[in-house]
Amino acid sequence: MYNDILTLLPYKSSFLFVDNILSLDDDGVTGTYTLKHGAFFYEDHFVNNPVTPGVIITEIMAQIGLVVLGIHLIIGGNSREEVAMDEGSFPLLTATDVSFFKMVLPGEKVTVVSEKVYFRFGKLKCSIQMHNGAGELVAKGIFSGIIKNAVKKLNE
Amino acid sequence: MDRETILSELKKVLAPYTENKAMLDGITEDTDLIRDLKINSANLVDIIIDAESQYNIEIDFDSAEKMYKVGSCIDVIVDKMNQSA
Repeated sequence: MYNDILTLLPYKSSFLFVDNILSLDDDGVTGTYTLKHGAFFYEDHFVNNPVTPGVIITEIMAQIGLVVLGIHLIIGGNSREEVAMDEGSFPLLTATDVSFFKMVLPGEKVTVVSEKVYFRFGKLKCSIQMHNGAGELVAKGIFSGIIKNAVKKLNE
Repeated sequence: MDRETILSELKKVLAPYTENKAMLDGITEDTDLIRDLKINSANLVDIIIDAESQYNIEIDFDSAEKMYKVGSCIDVIVDKMNQSA
């Protein structure tokens, strides 16, 4: 039932890192993603030794923990600080502070749990953790982002 | 509380978010948070939240929009403190 929100994510194919949303409310979100064996970054990172790059781990955490929750808050929230979700808007990561504890290999399924720190004036800040299939902590950090309205072109 | 006191306290609030640390000592009411201190615009929200807890006030959306210069931050803080007093 929570997966309806995935249609609103502005990512496609090789850069969509959300499979399932397990829970979602105004205070947080839990979701999963399974790393694909054929993902574009494994061929080069590293040669003959595929390991999920930290930037991809960070992106998975941001997409599930920040973007999914942020869109939920914007479309569903009735906060007075609510901002409009215009067509052509997109999420911008404004700050991350992440620590990595374990490697993630191709085919692994990871679970991301995000807790809202605050959502004010259009900025969402969350405390986000990622665990692997064995329940071990893979990464954790503090993430912040905003939804940016697309720049409208003049003379259109 | 006078504006001088708030200004010196505001330096401590701004410090963690200020890229241009050298300029922090000499800030005046005319100092622009983004242009002069090079503060990431998304961090203005953190500055507002820190100011709220420091002065035990609540800053609404309309007031927050004015807080782009040191002087206008002090205006809002003084205004909100008077409201809650």
